[in-house]
Amino acid sequence: MKDLDEREERRSALKGLGCSRKRVEDVRFTQGKGHYVDDISMPGMLHGDFVRSPYAHARVVSIDASKALALPGVVAVLTAKDLEPLSLHWMPTLAGDKQMVLADGKVLFQGQEVAFVVAKDRYIAADAVELVEVEYEELPVLVDPFEALQSDVVLREDIKDAKEGAHGPRKHHNHIFTWEEGNAEATEQAIGAAEVVAEEMIYYHRTHPCPLEPCGTVASMDKVNGKLTIWGTFQAPHVVRTVASLLSGIEEHNIRVVSPDIGGGFGNKVGVYPGYVCAIVASIVTGVPVKWIEDRMENLMATAFARDYWMKGRIAATKEGKITALDVHVTADHGAFDACADPTKFPAGFFHIVTGSYDIPVAHVAVDGVYTNKAPGGVAYRCSFRVTEAAYCIERMIEVLAIELGMDAAELRRINFIKKEQFPYQSALGWEYDSGDYHTAWDKALKAVDYEGLRKEQAERVEAFKRGETRKLLGIGLTHFTEIVGAGPVKNCDILGMGMFDSCEIRIHPTGSAIARLGTISQGQGHATTFAQILASEIGLSADSITIEEGDTDTAPYGLGTYGSRSTPVAGAATAMAGRKIRAKAQMIAAYLLEVHDDDLEWDVDRFVVKGAPERFKTMKDIAYAAYNQAIPGLEPGLEAVSYYDPPNMTYPFGAYICVMEVDVDTGEWEVRQFYALDDCGTRINPMVIEGQVHGGVTEALAIAMGQEIAYDEMGNCKTGTLMDFYLPTAWETPNYTTDFTETPSPHHPIGAKGVGESPNVGGVPAFSNAVHDAFRAFGLRQSHMPHDHWRIWKIAQSLGLHQ
Amino acid sequence: MAKKLVTLTVNGETHELAVEPRELLIYVLREKLRLTGPHVGCETSHCGACTVDLNGKSVKSCTVLAAQADGAEITTIEGIGKPDALHVLQEMFREHHGLQCGFCTPGMITRAYRLLQENPTPTEEEVRFGISGNLCRCTGYQNIVKSILAAAEQMNAMKEAAE
Repeated sequence: MKDLDEREERRSALKGLGCSRKRVEDVRFTQGKGHYVDDISMPGMLHGDFVRSPYAHARVVSIDASKALALPGVVAVLTAKDLEPLSLHWMPTLAGDKQMVLADGKVLFQGQEVAFVVAKDRYIAADAVELVEVEYEELPVLVDPFEALQSDVVLREDIKDAKEGAHGPRKHHNHIFTWEEGNAEATEQAIGAAEVVAEEMIYYHRTHPCPLEPCGTVASMDKVNGKLTIWGTFQAPHVVRTVASLLSGIEEHNIRVVSPDIGGGFGNKVGVYPGYVCAIVASIVTGVPVKWIEDRMENLMATAFARDYWMKGRIAATKEGKITALDVHVTADHGAFDACADPTKFPAGFFHIVTGSYDIPVAHVAVDGVYTNKAPGGVAYRCSFRVTEAAYCIERMIEVLAIELGMDAAELRRINFIKKEQFPYQSALGWEYDSGDYHTAWDKALKAVDYEGLRKEQAERVEAFKRGETRKLLGIGLTHFTEIVGAGPVKNCDILGMGMFDSCEIRIHPTGSAIARLGTISQGQGHATTFAQILASEIGLSADSITIEEGDTDTAPYGLGTYGSRSTPVAGAATAMAGRKIRAKAQMIAAYLLEVHDDDLEWDVDRFVVKGAPERFKTMKDIAYAAYNQAIPGLEPGLEAVSYYDPPNMTYPFGAYICVMEVDVDTGEWEVRQFYALDDCGTRINPMVIEGQVHGGVTEALAIAMGQEIAYDEMGNCKTGTLMDFYLPTAWETPNYTTDFTETPSPHHPIGAKGVGESPNVGGVPAFSNAVHDAFRAFGLRQSHMPHDHWRIWKIAQSLGLHQ
Repeated sequence: MAKKLVTLTVNGETHELAVEPRELLIYVLREKLRLTGPHVGCETSHCGACTVDLNGKSVKSCTVLAAQADGAEITTIEGIGKPDALHVLQEMFREHHGLQCGFCTPGMITRAYRLLQENPTPTEEEVRFGISGNLCRCTGYQNIVKSILAAAEQMNAMKEAAE
């Protein structure tokens, strides 16, 4: 017993896996000493600003910069003509398309970059933007993807006659690709033969990640030594370096990319934007540092929207509710350029996780990408690639099917869940789910909220409403989601040809502390805290003695960055594997020091102990010192390791979310009375950080489901360009959340962790939306598109005849 | 543009500065005085990342002209606590995981600092209302509210002990 206590004491001193360790980042952040890109100031630094298009579709007749250039303090005004000799007036997108850096002959969306002004300070740059005279000739605007596919109006004249795109044949001049997965024939057959079929169009509206810090960069070309340094809001700094090298012709070793502290990313900071390219070119030309920071309006109008998927679902089942087939056809509005951030082979991301948590024997999906006069993007806003769209689609279709069957939606889910013993599970759309125990999670969730009691209360409320005693309805929003995160493996997943592995490099210092560098970059997730915990448990040094560094391509090993919840599944695995290499060498050193054979030693928390002789041991601290001060035969000095980890599979976190919402029929106002979130992210590294991720992710889901959208009028004007119109919840209407968990480790991840950052957004959106729908189910509501703002909820009540 | 001479007392230190009449306070603080704690998140006074304390009131420094602040006493996050003497709020935000990316944090703590002087014993509802001009994209506010309530409790206990 005493031994056990002593061991536990040593274990807890490490602050390793499972410890709610306080975050090391917070010390500087709480004192205002974070270091974000706009905090960078360098002698002689110039400021860039954009002239942007007021039109959604227009020919650029002329650009006259003479008045701007005459303004004192203006250094240059760049247009496409200036970039053309460098072949930088267009740039490749992550999706195999190309995008104008500056308007080349025409503009295709409101807010598009037309000219780049470089001036001595931000005020002069803004003045000069006003002085650039651009003459436009308006063209017909297409904002509806269905109309775009029928229209004679050609949006992309540069590829008007191309029959093939990056992802196969194009059917129309505004069509980008068709992408399919699954068995169309068998699915049609099953739907044709089914006892019950539910069909519905589900729209997941266009929105935006809108991190509090907008995008920006400082590019600095040092002409003396030929080195280009680029600081910026980059979720994937190493990929930015490779792209910058390929585009500029500067050798990769002469480019250093640094992601300093990042004020939230949520997918917004994965892509490469015209502002980065222009700042780099301007610095190369002028030889001084050039800063470009977008403002909020530019952020919302031009960099990286998310979603905009029209999903036509058909789900077939037996009369008892056993699902027999699923078919989904998506019309995907990609805007003016296909700039989706997806692994190369997957133009619709991992949308084919759309069978969700259910054992569906046959399925088929097809996605048509379409050009419109809207901003480019299509990033994964706090989700793995197109997974939130998929989860929303299936979780809505389940609800619609429940209505069709006259069944309870919780029971319908339960009878269709993939069973625990079916894992690893092969889905009809080609995925191998690693592990799961959905029934346990579901039962725990229903019990926690007293589901039966809630249904009873809801039925009573409906009766009271009918009797005229209340004007508020009660909605119970159910969701059981399955995520797919942690891309690679390399054989399936790449970004611009770079395989989606990740990396960790560890150096143990002689006195028993360490530094580890990773290919990822934190944007608030707390990597400096949690990765040190993974390592502490692997190598037996306290997390407090381990520095974690990311984001500087001159020092960190190459990695694909942080998005799609891939940091823990991939870089976290690399960290554990590199730690194990350290331990393997440490074992040999310990064996030498203790004069025993390697095999006579066993690992015990923070030390190697001679088997059967616990008093004879060497701690990792002893070993670290010996690695540097002893000549050990057959061993190199030092204690370092590096691991590049190519994951064998993705991980499949899952969860059960339940939202209880009061909806006012007369005003459309809503109030979240209760929100219960059960997450299973496999092994839990830091419960405090997990809980924080869930709170934040569910709040972003609340925003998306209940009000947040990027909306355009028929002229292609963006109607939601400021935080006055674009909804970010405040503390006032954001509810408190109850978090819970089950723990089903991933069988293929070295420590069993699955990733959690994006689950709450994936599960949260359908939970809120289903609550709104459920409130009106008794009155015949089947489907109403998000966002469910007060006006739209009022309209639901109006259309159902609930207003006197 | 003709410049105007202004005097600002920031975190106890007095500065005389020549500013353009149109220059915003946030840029004078960030770029002239190099106090980069307050941030620019929206420039339309919605997000509150630029919140500073001006003559005893929380203001959004992205919509205050430096010229308007002439003669003012200003406190930024840099003046609220020092590395060897953190303010209770700074400690409680860390203790209760009241921050993630850190971008809203300086404005949030600066707002909470004033809120707790306006109302030393706020209810949860009063805290939520009191910080509703400061947006956070990461935390969902739950732990921010918890941090502020914990700070209020500690500050009151300290005050009681001193009396």
